[in-house]
Amino acid sequence: MLRLAPWLIAALLVGPILAGLAMAALPAFGYLPALGGDAFSLDPWRALMTQPGLARSVAISFISGLATTAVSLAVVLLFLAAASGSRLDRWIRRMVSPLLSIPHAAAAFGLAFLIAPSGLLARFASPALSGWERPPDLLIVNDPWGLSLMAGLVIKEIPFLLLMSLAALHQLDAERRVAMARSLGYRPTIAWLKVVVPSLYPLIRLPVFAVIAYASSVVDVAMILGPTLPPTLAVSILTWFNDPDLSRRFMASAGALLQLGVTLAALASWWGLECVVRRLGRGWVAGGQRQRGERALRLAGKALILLAAATALVGIAGLALNSLAGVWRFPDGLPQTFTLQHWQRALPALGGPVAATLMIASTATLLAVGLVLAALEHEQRSGRQPAQGRLTSALTLLYLPLIVPQIAFLFGLVVVMEALGTRPTRWLVIFGHLLFVLPYVFLSMSEAYRRFDPRWSRVALTLGATPNGAFWRVRLPMLLAPLLTAMAVGLAVSIGQYLPTLLLGAGRVPTVTTEAVALASGGNRRLIGVWALVQASLPLLGFIIAVGLPRLLWTNRRGMRGTP
Amino acid sequence: MSLPRSCHALAASLPLLALLASPTALAAPDPGDWQSVVEEARGQTVYWYAWAGEERTNDYIQWTADRVAERYDIELVHVKLSDTAEAVSRVLAEKQAGNDERGNVDMIWINGENFATMKANDLLFGPWSEQLPHYPLTDPDNTPAVRYDWTIPVDGLESPWSSSQVVFYYDTALVDSHPRSMPELLDWAHDNPGEFTYARVPNFLGNAFITQALLELADDTEILYEPMQEEDFEAVTAPLWAFLDELHPLLWRSGRAFPGNSSELRRLMGDGEISIALSFSTTEASGAIANFELPDSVRSYVHDHGMIGNMSFMAIPYNAQHKAGAMVVANYLLSPAAQAHKQDPLVWGSNTVLSLETLEPDDRARFDDIDLGIATLPPDELGEVLGQPHPSWVDALAEAWQARYVGR
Repeated sequence: MLRLAPWLIAALLVGPILAGLAMAALPAFGYLPALGGDAFSLDPWRALMTQPGLARSVAISFISGLATTAVSLAVVLLFLAAASGSRLDRWIRRMVSPLLSIPHAAAAFGLAFLIAPSGLLARFASPALSGWERPPDLLIVNDPWGLSLMAGLVIKEIPFLLLMSLAALHQLDAERRVAMARSLGYRPTIAWLKVVVPSLYPLIRLPVFAVIAYASSVVDVAMILGPTLPPTLAVSILTWFNDPDLSRRFMASAGALLQLGVTLAALASWWGLECVVRRLGRGWVAGGQRQRGERALRLAGKALILLAAATALVGIAGLALNSLAGVWRFPDGLPQTFTLQHWQRALPALGGPVAATLMIASTATLLAVGLVLAALEHEQRSGRQPAQGRLTSALTLLYLPLIVPQIAFLFGLVVVMEALGTRPTRWLVIFGHLLFVLPYVFLSMSEAYRRFDPRWSRVALTLGATPNGAFWRVRLPMLLAPLLTAMAVGLAVSIGQYLPTLLLGAGRVPTVTTEAVALASGGNRRLIGVWALVQASLPLLGFIIAVGLPRLLWTNRRGMRGTP
Repeated sequence: MSLPRSCHALAASLPLLALLASPTALAAPDPGDWQSVVEEARGQTVYWYAWAGEERTNDYIQWTADRVAERYDIELVHVKLSDTAEAVSRVLAEKQAGNDERGNVDMIWINGENFATMKANDLLFGPWSEQLPHYPLTDPDNTPAVRYDWTIPVDGLESPWSSSQVVFYYDTALVDSHPRSMPELLDWAHDNPGEFTYARVPNFLGNAFITQALLELADDTEILYEPMQEEDFEAVTAPLWAFLDELHPLLWRSGRAFPGNSSELRRLMGDGEISIALSFSTTEASGAIANFELPDSVRSYVHDHGMIGNMSFMAIPYNAQHKAGAMVVANYLLSPAAQAHKQDPLVWGSNTVLSLETLEPDDRARFDDIDLGIATLPPDELGEVLGQPHPSWVDALAEAWQARYVGR
């Protein structure tokens, strides 16, 4: 049974994605009988190439994929280097989970309201400081270069990369390395960057790739913060898929393939950049410089992450304020009146979607955890551990759903499911979520599992326990804390899914996220505030349980409460 | 309390039994025999795919669901869309996969280009709408808008639901006297740069603005109601592009960005970033004031030339599984009670499609009693309603707009 787990996972993930891609590829070359496309042709590509602003769309998608990742990674590494062991370090570590649980769309709305010319910052500064009686006519949100889009993405990717780095750091014994370097006269930040980063990076490489793929193909954040004339490629594709003129589906499918190409190109460029950085970095590491830049790096490491965390939190606070606001005219810093009306209107409608969201998220997460545990346990028993960070391991296929842009295969997947005669139900949605929950659960679970001291199980076996007994009674209880964290991550990922829920559920399976995005299309910031808070609080609940439960259960066993 | 609930459960399981028992259950219902339609609809679950960006619309749909459950034993489920085309996509995917009988979409809130597309691709069920008992209340013989959706003949494939008209609204605290035509708007923008914008084309409100401008500026508007001929396009639309080229640098953000839809536009107004905006709902400003989204100094106005108006409809896809239920719901939506409730700005404020002359005095009184709100123009001040040009024109305009202004 256990032996099948890795293959089951691979089939579950690879099958739907390849089938979906194939069904996107056929219309891209003119084949779609339902719309009278019976012969293959290159017309969809020709139509795509004549779209106004296409080159710019592609360029923005490509650049935001690379720039977002570079900035987020730099901020995370600098922070880890500069703040290890400090009070800021402990605070940020505690903030990682809540920050991670803020849905992308909610964070984007928060940021938009913060930095817009009529937003929170401008309101605080006006009219006393700025002299603005009316909002200035400045193009900040939706700027044509995609800067605010990248800022919004960076805010959300930092906690993700930080969580992944913290998990990987456990096996590096960073403190000892730094202590060694410091004894050679290196200042702490420089030491960390020179002796820890080169070993850390290979361990977080796949999550970094996932960030590139995500940032280059994101839809919801780009709709809120991204440029509009033209929008990013992924947003354009969605508009074409939704165009009343059905013949545009051909072009949209071609666009979906182009998106796949752009994402792959961004990944390839990153690979190239890695080589350059490795070469330059080697010189820097081996150069023997022990002091220069320490202060600047230290300051940057602390300031940048503080800025990012504060931006996210103030943005959410702004949304919370909006959800209670009555009349709130520019340039008032606070609403003139407060009202519960928005919450009262929304509450009756919340019950169904919240229940559906929790049911779907917990089922998908439990399934994912089961599969991941089976695969990892199989790995342990067969004694084969794939080398970390290598692209060759079979389970690397896990990352396929994170690398292939959703928009490229989901539309095709719907057609496949229809052809198979499956009815859109919760189970289909759960299956769709599983595609994305599995990799994240695996990412958060595998490290702890592989690091687990094998001697515990061995002791149990020598005392007469069966392998299964050792698993259930020794390994699982001792891994409770990381297991719950992985589940919380899984829940958060599932709760945030928009396109898979909408497409595979035929819109009939309303979750908090689909409701929030549908309402967001109405742009009422006060209601968006209500729904974004609800959407953010559900995964937060998961994280609270993940941190709290081990402490409750293991009040008398300090070592098993998990590290915060 | 437990008795009705178990009855409910029983009722919900009935259609399943009926489906298993009779092989004819999938045959299309005949709207001519209304009693049998109502019978067949009993116990059905109708999935209504409707744009859900407006809380008040959603609340009204929920209100409808409660009523049809009570009266016809139909469970009405609002499938919330952020774009109507998602429903069209769904039906298309089903057709593509050969699902011709058990479609997921029972009813769509639709009009204009989406309707034209579905009709042209044979994705609609019908004709049915003209046989609805409440249909004559729309006085179809004297109301062409009921029979032609953006000049496309309806042919009984959709049932009217709401009528709407474009209106401008402005903040009286910031604007002394509002423009009364497109050229006046341009003059006003010269004096007040950055204070006006419209929704990004091809959003329907953006399309409506450029179409309205063309209707005001073109020499010959007759031609816009015929299918577009390629050779006419340049000459007919030249005044529009001259106007927009001059207007865009004077818009909010100098025309380098546009709000995505009517609600974003309204938010800009609420934030004080602009002082004139437009809407496809005559009561939008009043509703938004009640909702704290707009200051109470906002008022509506129309251009002297008349403003574009249209109707939106209910359509049933060709493969819908619960056609009878959908027809009963569509008929209920046309009832004077439902239409009057919808027109109340405190509920939704969407105008009725019924012809008030055809109504009984009691029903008529329901409409007369409605308080339209401070920012809503009374019906006699809304001016002439201009018809929507043929979709081929609107498509071509939207495409030309994007070629001209996107990616510059």
